[in-house]
Amino acid sequence: MSAPLKRRFGEQIKVMFGWEPTKPEAITEQAKQVHELKRMTNKQDLLAVKAHMRAHQEKSNKWRNRRWATLIVANLLFTFSFFLDIQILEGALTASRFVGFHLIDLNSALQVMLAHKHIINNLLIGTGTVLVLWVLLGGRTFCSWVCPYHLVAEWAEKIHLYLAEKKLVSDQTMDRRLRSVFWIVFAGLALATGYTVYEAISPTGILSRALIYGPGLALLWVFALLVFEVFFSRRAWCRYACPIGLTYGVVGIISPVRIKYKLDGCFHEGDCRKVCLVPHVLDTVIKGRAVDTEVPIGPDCTRCGLCVDTCPTGSLSFEVKGLSKIA
Amino acid sequence: MSDNGNSGKGGGTPRPVLSKAKRQTNRRRFLRTALLTGGVLGAALSGFLPIVYSQKKRLRPPGALDEKDFLASCIKCGQCVQVCPVQAIKLADLIDGVGVGTPYIDARSQACDFSCDAVQCILACPTGSLTYIKPDFLPVRTGAALAAKPILLAKEKDAEPTLNLKERIGVARLTRPEACLAIQGKGFKGQSRGADFKGRMRYMAVDRWKPIKISEHPYDVAECDLCARECPVKGAISIETVFAPDGSKRKSPVIHEPCVGCGVCEMICPVEPGCITIEAREVWKT
Repeated sequence: MSAPLKRRFGEQIKVMFGWEPTKPEAITEQAKQVHELKRMTNKQDLLAVKAHMRAHQEKSNKWRNRRWATLIVANLLFTFSFFLDIQILEGALTASRFVGFHLIDLNSALQVMLAHKHIINNLLIGTGTVLVLWVLLGGRTFCSWVCPYHLVAEWAEKIHLYLAEKKLVSDQTMDRRLRSVFWIVFAGLALATGYTVYEAISPTGILSRALIYGPGLALLWVFALLVFEVFFSRRAWCRYACPIGLTYGVVGIISPVRIKYKLDGCFHEGDCRKVCLVPHVLDTVIKGRAVDTEVPIGPDCTRCGLCVDTCPTGSLSFEVKGLSKIA
Repeated sequence: MSDNGNSGKGGGTPRPVLSKAKRQTNRRRFLRTALLTGGVLGAALSGFLPIVYSQKKRLRPPGALDEKDFLASCIKCGQCVQVCPVQAIKLADLIDGVGVGTPYIDARSQACDFSCDAVQCILACPTGSLTYIKPDFLPVRTGAALAAKPILLAKEKDAEPTLNLKERIGVARLTRPEACLAIQGKGFKGQSRGADFKGRMRYMAVDRWKPIKISEHPYDVAECDLCARECPVKGAISIETVFAPDGSKRKSPVIHEPCVGCGVCEMICPVEPGCITIEAREVWKT
């Protein structure tokens, strides 16, 4: 790994906690050359190539479809395990057993450990299993591939974007550091009150339980969040509030599964940033920002693949670090 | 929470001078962020405060830790709900005021009759909220501890006839003696809770492993003793001859120390509303 990439790795962790990405201080020689070549390209030629690419662009929803299918299957597996009594995945997203093996959501486990201040073996085993699982699968992969709130929020986002296009609403952005503050506040509340305060408002837990044990009034809170996101602030919960996302983001720091950006073919048109839940991780695609010819996307990325689907030049792709070395 | 450049003074590092428009944008963004902060924290407190001030005592599943520790450790996954053969356990909703997603038992509509034999909910609990083995640092309330391991009548002849429970979850109490059929010397004939009642129970004479609806098991008794007859725990309740205040002799259900608070008596009582109820988290007082 080149020195600028190492520096970027650290900065991306800061970005996850809420700092805004900045212009890189150092860029590798190769990347500098590519940036320079792009600047020297004849503008007419560039426009022609872009137009050509656009004309031949194939709209794909490959990754989105795979993701939605995975998310729906995972959540229905919970539902049917109970409903049909097939006992494959018992419990809810907060804690469950997959054919007998304990699985415990990392954030819920953390809340319980802080509130109860006592950890039994099953809790430790379940948490450890899930930790290893999401380190291997990419941390916030949990958000976009499993969390049921992510899916309904994605649909709400479509309504928001439609209304925004009609100039009926506009996205009110917030300070992203709020999520880190919430994480600390809820951890502190669990520790101080001895009650898992966050679990009572976690839309992930509420939705998961509603899908398995039937709907309840707690869904009103989830509905309120969705209304807020449609009319006021795009994807506000996932972007600015959810401590679960931050917990899994931290796990994702060392995960080998990630999105990789290739500088060469990119036209810096920014389509990827428009569809992204966390566009601050895609700052590297801005003209002149990439510190190397290939840049891995930071840990706050949910690996949802929307950018991969939407990129007209194939500059963004899924990568499993180390796998290319074996093959 | 502080926001970039929304204050001119304070801080040793010089900040870049921002235009008026930019400052206004930042200030608005800060206000919006504060709004979201307030909204989320408000919602969190509205979920928390009712628990602090709750007067409601709900019966928790067997093996539950004391309420405060139970609320601290319950991860709200509902695995206890899933393993219960009679579906006695339900998850609390927003307005129940006992913790969103935490399990409770409404004994009158469906009591725990231990038809799983091994207390499956305790075995299923991943966090030790329901447990056989209470950690040492958690105290046992006086009167909550059972004098001996309760003997489950259904498996009295098994090699291991006891439930491993060490503490009771409540105690049964005759709350409406004036309406009790046994006290009035009356018998009972028919379905104890009517034809539409959905509650289920295991009847050893019918099938040890398959609980049936109570409505499918009508009674015909000369003197009502349903609470004592169906109690799953040995020696927890009996019909005794007692002296009435006027000195005359009469029958009455009497609750004894082995009562664990499962609630079968509350469910089976044929009078509406029931004469005998479980006092959740109550301890045995001699």
